[in-house]
Amino acid sequence: MPDKEEIALIAHLMRRAGFGASRQELEERAANGYEATVEELLHPEEQPAIDDDILYRYLPGYEGALGPPINQAEWVYRMVNTQRPLEEKLALFWHQLFATGNSKVDNPPEITQQIAMFRRQALGSFRDLLVELAKNPAMIWWLDNNGNHNGAINENWGRELLELFSMGVGNYSEDDIKDASRAFTGWTIEPKIPRNPLGRFYWNFEYRPEDHDDGEKNFLGHTGRFNGEDIIDIVVKQPATAQFLARHLYNFFVADEPQVPSWNINPPNDPDAVNQLVAAYDESDGNLRSILRLLFNSDFFKNARFARVKSPAELVVSTVRMVGNYQEPRPGFNMLAMECNWQGQELLNPPSVESWHTGGEWIDGGALVRRVNFAAGLLGDTSLPGVRTIIAGLRHRGVSAPEEFVDACLDLVGPLEFSGSTRSELLAQAAEDGDLNWDTEEETEKSEKKIGVMLALIAASRDFQFA
Amino acid sequence: MTANKKDPVVVVLQLTGANDYLNTIIPYTNGHYHDSRPKVGIPQDTVLPIDDELAFNPNMGPLKDMYDDGKVAIIHGIGFENSPRSHFRAMDIWHTCEPEVVGTEGWVAKVVRDLDPQGENVLKCVNFGQGLPRALALRGVPITSVSNLESYGVMSSVPGISSEEERNRLLDRFARMYAPAIGTGATMDYLGQTGRDALRGADIIKAAPEKYTSTIEYADNGIAKYLRDVVRVHTADLGTQVFYTSHGPFDTHFNQPPMHTRLWNEVSGAIRDFFDDLREHDAADNLIMMIFTEFGRRVRDNGTGTDHGAGGGAFIIGDNVKGGMYGTYPSLKPEDLNQGDLDPNYDFRGFYSSVIDQWLGLDPVPIVGGKFEQIQFV
Repeated sequence: MPDKEEIALIAHLMRRAGFGASRQELEERAANGYEATVEELLHPEEQPAIDDDILYRYLPGYEGALGPPINQAEWVYRMVNTQRPLEEKLALFWHQLFATGNSKVDNPPEITQQIAMFRRQALGSFRDLLVELAKNPAMIWWLDNNGNHNGAINENWGRELLELFSMGVGNYSEDDIKDASRAFTGWTIEPKIPRNPLGRFYWNFEYRPEDHDDGEKNFLGHTGRFNGEDIIDIVVKQPATAQFLARHLYNFFVADEPQVPSWNINPPNDPDAVNQLVAAYDESDGNLRSILRLLFNSDFFKNARFARVKSPAELVVSTVRMVGNYQEPRPGFNMLAMECNWQGQELLNPPSVESWHTGGEWIDGGALVRRVNFAAGLLGDTSLPGVRTIIAGLRHRGVSAPEEFVDACLDLVGPLEFSGSTRSELLAQAAEDGDLNWDTEEETEKSEKKIGVMLALIAASRDFQFA
Repeated sequence: MTANKKDPVVVVLQLTGANDYLNTIIPYTNGHYHDSRPKVGIPQDTVLPIDDELAFNPNMGPLKDMYDDGKVAIIHGIGFENSPRSHFRAMDIWHTCEPEVVGTEGWVAKVVRDLDPQGENVLKCVNFGQGLPRALALRGVPITSVSNLESYGVMSSVPGISSEEERNRLLDRFARMYAPAIGTGATMDYLGQTGRDALRGADIIKAAPEKYTSTIEYADNGIAKYLRDVVRVHTADLGTQVFYTSHGPFDTHFNQPPMHTRLWNEVSGAIRDFFDDLREHDAADNLIMMIFTEFGRRVRDNGTGTDHGAGGGAFIIGDNVKGGMYGTYPSLKPEDLNQGDLDPNYDFRGFYSSVIDQWLGLDPVPIVGGKFEQIQFV
């Protein structure tokens, strides 16, 4: 059996590079070793994809005319059941970075196509991803590039490309924005089929040379008759872009950073780590697989356990994966998507192009109440398969007295590293409840109830909010 | 806890996404307006005139009626110098009153701190919506944030916990797990405080929906739902003095007319129903609503929409507000524009200061970070 430290390290990796893993999966992966696990995660194409036929059968509206819940449910199903955890986690990363919202797009299947594009581009070059993003119909509509015309620019996309998607504020001028916008004139979508009365249809990218401003542009010190791809080629070579992407990766995969708008004032918490990521960006020409290989194998990553507040999607999906009641498509996925929404992260509908604030800002009174109730309600349910497995594990280990009971629960749910003060409350609860005992049916039932309460308290704790 | 019904109360309504002020309070007889907005401009014969220069948007009938009753203060030309055209940055400035540096402390939260320095009433400020706007962020100031008033409570979902006694035991343990602990870090401290406040707030607020009845039928949209929730909590006398909610998106870069029409129909109708409901409960006289947005939109349209601008407008509404127009509508003459946008002539911190000083009776200087010209709206 792999040693405890190896299990704990791989559990950390799977929380960050995926949505957590069961004890059995952790032990299997630990047997292969940490670096081999990283390599497997970095090559999702070698693992089976989600079976689309099953999705078509159970969620037939997801790429058709129906409303947002179906599409949100479809994504949550993929997050819960994927065998390509990093691919799905990166789709969430890019969604949080390139925040596109249904409040304006009003076409959830089209945003779902954008998420599918993120899966395809997740581990390639950042340059190609930005080009695909610029051609993505949901993004074009979201940031009005369909209204960006030769002689009458709409600078929404041009501005956000620089401010929120690549370089960050303070690294370009208003004139750079105007000429970047000129370069993307003519990048639009085919005329849409009206939504009423027939429903929503996919949109398609269209390049209209006659509406493209082919004149000379000045952009970040370069001069030429630039088109959109030329702008992106210049953008991805900027040191500010490498720094910006490195910091986003650090904030999402390693440890919570200050909020994005303060980045041009507050330096990174761990400048050396960000510098290493920037170096990996430069050496690989912005290849995401290379950057993430460095990240997951670094000491700064391995030492950053429980240094991030889980996003609502992470909390919901990882809890559901642990209790194991959602392997098949079923109506409950709508509610899981709504749960993310109520905890403050409505998938496919971020509050604005600024995206969600992360870290401690996921938490407020309302969000904390929902997080606690959701996780405690599932982990405290002794009828669910994943909880049955934990109960069986506790019986198998023969734990009985308070201390071994609490520590075994923390081990099997994580392994989790809890603060001394929380652990002492759990110990007090276990002492009050009395030893576990499996001698009779009645005692077994009582012991199972004690376990349910203990797991609910673990899920309700402050410490559980961290990944 | 102070639960005096006549304590002054403020409702802050945020129009998210930058409302187009030029199409809200319309300079309908100004040639520059019509010249700049061939498609997005609102025809002169449809507006609701205030005088021979300015008019309400045709979809703001209920607000026009309240204006005619002297209950709406309109504040022209609001904004700040060097207005950034970024939603992100501009909203942060409005939320923190920090135009020069990136602030993390919200002005509303500072008001709440001054109203209740000991943090005795966790319902002193209630936010309705998903997530907490930065205006309400300040470590140590409890804010109750409610997305759904009906289901607000903690540890309410653990299976197999049926008796009141078992549930109380769990709640006690929860309280102890969230008790202050030394040396676990700022985020753990914040989580602890938030958890303890949520426990207390949930116990108190659950009474609000039970007490409320009304003859007012609100429309079925987000802002109507949340303003009804404000009435339910306000009339329950829980000592809440600040409510916060938002509506949107007002980011009308493209295809503006139908979007802007729908949004103002929703907002105006909800505000009318809200004040009617308050009056039905004899609870309107100690409450005002302030409405703001991050900035106005560009004077010249971009086809069917408008890009980010600078100067905009704000409102204060209430039965004890001195209605009318305040300040000067910024000039639309091309030579007076700031990069194509209305040049703000009234600092938003003066708007905040007016409410903080004249309505809430607090010192605005430390909250907004200086002394700014007030409007005499009370």
